[in-house]
Amino acid sequence: MAIRPEVVADVKSICASVKNEPSPLMIVLSTVQKKYGYIPLELQEVISAEMGIPVAEIYGVVTFYSFFSLEPKGKYVVGICLGTACYVKNSQAVIDKFQTLLGVKEGETTPDGLFTVEAVRCMGACALAPAMSVNGKVYSKVTPNDVDKIIAEYKSLEA
Amino acid sequence: MERITSKEVLSTCIDKYTKEFEGKIKGEGGKRAIVVCGGTGCLANDSAAIQEELEKLIKEHGLQDKVTINHVGCFGFCSQGPFVKIFPEDTLYRGVTVKDCKQIVEDDLLGGKICENLLYVDPTTHEKVVRQDDINFYKKQVRVALHGCSLINPDLLEESLGLDGFKALKKVLTEMTPQQVIDEVIASGLRGRGGGGFPTGRKWQFAANVQADQKYVVCNGDEGDPGAFMDRSILEGNPFQVIEGMMIAGYAYGASEGYFYVRAEYPIAVERLQHAIKDMEEAGLLGDNILGTGFSFRAHLRLGAGAFVCGEETALLNSIEGKRGMPRPRPPFPAIKGLWGKPTCVNNVETLATVPYILRVGAAEFAKMGTEGSKGTKVFALGGKINNVGLVEVPMGTTLRTLIYEIGGGIPGGKAFKAIQTGGPSGGCLTEKDLDTPIDYDTLVARGSMMGSGGAIVMDEDNCMVDVAHFYMDFICSESCGKCSPCRIGTKRLYEMLTDVVEGRGTEKTLSDMKELANVIKAGSLCALGQTAANPILSTMNSFPEEYAAHVNEKKCPAHVCKGLMQYLIDPAKCMGCTLCARNCPVSCIAAGTEPVTVRPLPNKFVHVIDQSKCIKCGTCMSNCHFGAIHKD
Repeated sequence: MAIRPEVVADVKSICASVKNEPSPLMIVLSTVQKKYGYIPLELQEVISAEMGIPVAEIYGVVTFYSFFSLEPKGKYVVGICLGTACYVKNSQAVIDKFQTLLGVKEGETTPDGLFTVEAVRCMGACALAPAMSVNGKVYSKVTPNDVDKIIAEYKSLEA
Repeated sequence: MERITSKEVLSTCIDKYTKEFEGKIKGEGGKRAIVVCGGTGCLANDSAAIQEELEKLIKEHGLQDKVTINHVGCFGFCSQGPFVKIFPEDTLYRGVTVKDCKQIVEDDLLGGKICENLLYVDPTTHEKVVRQDDINFYKKQVRVALHGCSLINPDLLEESLGLDGFKALKKVLTEMTPQQVIDEVIASGLRGRGGGGFPTGRKWQFAANVQADQKYVVCNGDEGDPGAFMDRSILEGNPFQVIEGMMIAGYAYGASEGYFYVRAEYPIAVERLQHAIKDMEEAGLLGDNILGTGFSFRAHLRLGAGAFVCGEETALLNSIEGKRGMPRPRPPFPAIKGLWGKPTCVNNVETLATVPYILRVGAAEFAKMGTEGSKGTKVFALGGKINNVGLVEVPMGTTLRTLIYEIGGGIPGGKAFKAIQTGGPSGGCLTEKDLDTPIDYDTLVARGSMMGSGGAIVMDEDNCMVDVAHFYMDFICSESCGKCSPCRIGTKRLYEMLTDVVEGRGTEKTLSDMKELANVIKAGSLCALGQTAANPILSTMNSFPEEYAAHVNEKKCPAHVCKGLMQYLIDPAKCMGCTLCARNCPVSCIAAGTEPVTVRPLPNKFVHVIDQSKCIKCGTCMSNCHFGAIHKD
């Protein structure tokens, strides 16, 4: 897939904006991931050329950290907490319900590009266990019976 | 905010803002001060909207000149949030919603009447408690690292200066030599709060002894231990205190650059820390020639990207350097050769937050708290099956019983306590027999667990310990960085064997193989993640051998958690034939049978039956049944 020229220009300017920082690769990758939702190989090549770091090394870093993604994520990223406090309060059942209802596995995106289901490690919201978030909005004390409603909430935004 | 360029200006500022802050708490001039919890837990329950609503109502009633309103950091008692507190009366309202704001403004602010319905109710005495300090949850707590959290507005440098902020820095920069600072921290007995428990002062001494053109202080805020959130709350509640601690470390061993490494999962903590750094730069408290003393220090912020192993100090340094977060062999230790090859001390958030207290109040006073080998206080994140979920800070040496029953309020629903997991995935579980042990670094290790960062997850009779071990192995497997083969491959094999056990394919041989492999991983891994990877298995095997035996020998899960070893059954004596379970079953495996309902005579109603071959054990039927007719076996 060809990357639009304005995106390439933007990524170049992101690289330029941190050139005074020591070892800024992680800053660049975090910024690109946050802004575009993923870091495809084509953009890694741009970053490589700008920063003088081999693509192989950048690819190594991108694939090491779970926040960086090679594939675009869904419009709504559903993160269900699988931290210990949530797990002992049965957050696995919440993930199972999302997987069943959306027909995707953990880490996958629905074919319509709307939802990505992810298991996240402790959001630090243990008092709200089981907790989950959709694009950063936190839902507390979620039970499998709430899942229908949460999905409907976002589907209705699309209707 | 004025520029603070000398010791004298700082003293004047501290006096001025302390007076202001105390006046605010005491209600000088007939003014009242409202604080609203702005921690992650309360924000998720709409505390920002509550604050907006209060501000709006205060304006509508023309109370702007009589009432101030601020957000503050975490109150710690997260299960009761959101909190609204009113000074000078010190009234604490809990579980506040946007709808309650009208009542707070009209009854309390205007009418001078306490809103009884919003007070905390003691679950045992059923009495309403007005003041925070009178609540059992807070009675045994001592706030050192959490100082200022839930009191000051974390976005205002003025409030920090008004509540002991930068007193320690002033003393250190103007009255003490670097060596005196190190000696004081050594004398305090402070040990690293991130898990290892290495004496902080000694670490600083190592770095001080090395000659180098540049040294660094790194603050480890990569709080990856699932179930621990003390670092997040400290950074959210009083970021200034952590920066002050970092600067004191820098002065002590000659570092002029500091790096915060914070999890990207903590956006609020990141934002407040950024804000605090910027304010301090503008005030001249960070930068060149601080207070005119010649000491220069700059603080920088780097974000994690979702890798648990980066909480290991050498992996963290690699991550700051823009590499894969894989651990480095030690020695050389970071204090000798750390960030970009320069001497670096990596200190945990809670450790640095404790440092200003030690320098302000004195090592001797700090060392009065705690046990022989572990001084001071420790913050624990109580979570799981416990009534009072939240953050508590207690003196070292407090017993688990006090922590769980007096502060934590016991186990919900009258269930029986089974275990408490401390130290996260690297730690272990402690049981009934350990409840009266005073908790410190050494007693926890002696009992087969560890302090870790202070996560404490309580489990009750409904939790299966084999399943918990399986959960931790899954975590460790996906977080192993892959550098050492025993950890990379071994944890995967351990996970597979444990999967066999929870799914009913395990044998006695599986258990002995697991033990053997666990020891290989321990011996053959470079960093603490690998060395402790098998702890959850070894610890649960040790404390709950009968649960493992039931899984492999009887193919039963005593807690009815492991899906392969349990089934849902409908009790014919209780079923009303209402069809609710059948209608809600996601795989349509429930249908009316041939047996008529016997609870009471109901024509054409038949006891329902679950087709076990199709059942996915999701439990939806059980949660939907109104008659308690479905149980696990």
